[in-house]
Amino acid sequence: MTAVHPLMVSLLTAGMLLAFRKNRWAMRLLSLAGGLVHLGISIQLFREPSGMLQLGSWPAPFGISFLADRFATMMVLVASIIGLAVLITSWIDVESREEKLGFHPMVHVLMTGVCGAFLTHDLFNLFVWFEVMLMASFVLLGLGEKRVQVSGALRYFALNLVSSLFFLSAVGLLYGWLGTLQMSDIAIRLAQTEERGLLLGIGALLFLAFAIKAALFPVFAWLPVSYPMPSFGVSALFAGLLTKVGVVAMVRFYCLLPADSTLQSFIIFAGLATMVVGVLCAIGQSTIRRILSFHIVSQVGYMVLALGLFNGLGLTACLFYLIHHILVKANLFLVGGIVHRIQGSEKVQECGGLASAYPWLAFLFWIPALSLAGLPPLSGFWAKLLVIRTGLDQGNFSAVGVALAVGLLTLLSMIKIWNEVFWKPLPERTEPPPSRRTLAILAAPSVALGLLTILLGVFAQTGIEWSDQAAQELRPQVVLLEEPAE
Amino acid sequence: MNSAILQTLCKAVIPLLLMTAIWFFLRGHNEPGGGFIAGLVFASAYVLYGLAFGPQAVRESMRLSPRTLMAFGLLLSVAAGLIGVFDHQAFLTGLWTEFETGFGKLKLGTPLLFDLGVMLVVIGAVNSILLELTEAGESNPQSQGEEAA
Repeated sequence: MTAVHPLMVSLLTAGMLLAFRKNRWAMRLLSLAGGLVHLGISIQLFREPSGMLQLGSWPAPFGISFLADRFATMMVLVASIIGLAVLITSWIDVESREEKLGFHPMVHVLMTGVCGAFLTHDLFNLFVWFEVMLMASFVLLGLGEKRVQVSGALRYFALNLVSSLFFLSAVGLLYGWLGTLQMSDIAIRLAQTEERGLLLGIGALLFLAFAIKAALFPVFAWLPVSYPMPSFGVSALFAGLLTKVGVVAMVRFYCLLPADSTLQSFIIFAGLATMVVGVLCAIGQSTIRRILSFHIVSQVGYMVLALGLFNGLGLTACLFYLIHHILVKANLFLVGGIVHRIQGSEKVQECGGLASAYPWLAFLFWIPALSLAGLPPLSGFWAKLLVIRTGLDQGNFSAVGVALAVGLLTLLSMIKIWNEVFWKPLPERTEPPPSRRTLAILAAPSVALGLLTILLGVFAQTGIEWSDQAAQELRPQVVLLEEPAE
Repeated sequence: MNSAILQTLCKAVIPLLLMTAIWFFLRGHNEPGGGFIAGLVFASAYVLYGLAFGPQAVRESMRLSPRTLMAFGLLLSVAAGLIGVFDHQAFLTGLWTEFETGFGKLKLGTPLLFDLGVMLVVIGAVNSILLELTEAGESNPQSQGEEAA
């Protein structure tokens, strides 16, 4: 397996899906088969990360490099799991008209973009994958052709286009300055330069571009308006993967830079502000997906805070948080989809009574919800523990205080959903309950993701070791600069 | 639109556009040009045709639907990259063969195949956007999205 195998699988699947679109089940099965092959390849790649690959055999730093290190392969594996989960729920969740319009190929194109962004080791190539991702997600957002969906898609598109503009300018400046875009090469050349001003300027531009993608405060406005618009499966896919690609890009780039206390304190501040604003906004929301959307913002803040703390366990915490969060957040959206299917609404006031009518659903909800809030023994507890521990180690007590408080407020928000949707007495039912088969198909991915969350909590030691190894591999790019390569 | 001037002009300009596209496509290996730009120029011929004769005429003139074109292009490009893999080299590695024709050597390689794929994807994408937009404009624009508003 090499770094481009997952991308080839996704692209080939997308191509074949574009070719035949008449038969719905043929499309679904082909799409599912593509997802399964992708998962298999991702597992194999994760077990044996294949390292650097020069696309087209053009030597570095001139050709485009792909790097399948532990970090990238870990992210590809998690992305692949989420992709598969969404493909299964889409059987129920996505309307047949949307399937005819190209839901399946676009999911695979999106997976190509996401995995490409994880695997690439070239800054301009990263930009290209961002665009692939943006294009596919834009189509997926607008597939329903309803007015609210298109308006959400437009806002999403506009802000992400601004981000692309910043990104492209920064890439151009960097190339003009250093004459290279290969990431390791950038790191080597940056270590030799004395021009802090230029570095800070370009770094800030790139950081802003990634911040928009990752939905940090104050540039997160696109997220809560667009995520609640498409079908639940698409929402789950976006919630799991899109913002996290921004975080991954940030991690990659930050590891290339020489240590800089200004940038570091700035990132810590951005993380803290995002956590607080996101969680406070979530409290005022009244539909399930809007509540969850603001929690994505808040949780991304934790990862960025961990990245800002960086030293010691900081980077490890950030990587572990990423994995935990992708699994949990996508799962919460999927559970939201089941609630919507049963109750016909996602406004929390209009729901109720699910705890007695569907006890298993309550259980499915509690796993990711408690994990998100950070209760032991679930994965979120360990993720938060790592962040807080790093903060304590570095004597950053304000960060620790904020992290604890935001965790509590997250729990409050989850309890709000619980009280309204599950605990409150059943409102008058107008719609017949969905069939058992429908529920089983919708619940299966959610069960799998819940199980993974529990496993990641119980075997946290293994997960943290993986994250730590990945972090150790990322870090030398900064240290390695002592001896510049030829 | 139904303009005799535009329709007559089309017949002269479209062959020129197509030839330019092919020229761009062939020179793209070492000089500015290549599949993407060639695809755009090629598609602009369809755009012009659509402006002069309407989207229905474009649909009829295309043997394959834009989506099929995109699918073919995508598969062709990936396949061109895979040829290198089967030769135990990195994905997208260019492989070349030479022919002796009457007029001189002809070099053919997988990058040409890749570029052709790109060109097909671009033509398909531009045409599908164009057709969707013009056809949506011709049918009643108020009909869609009312249930949400």
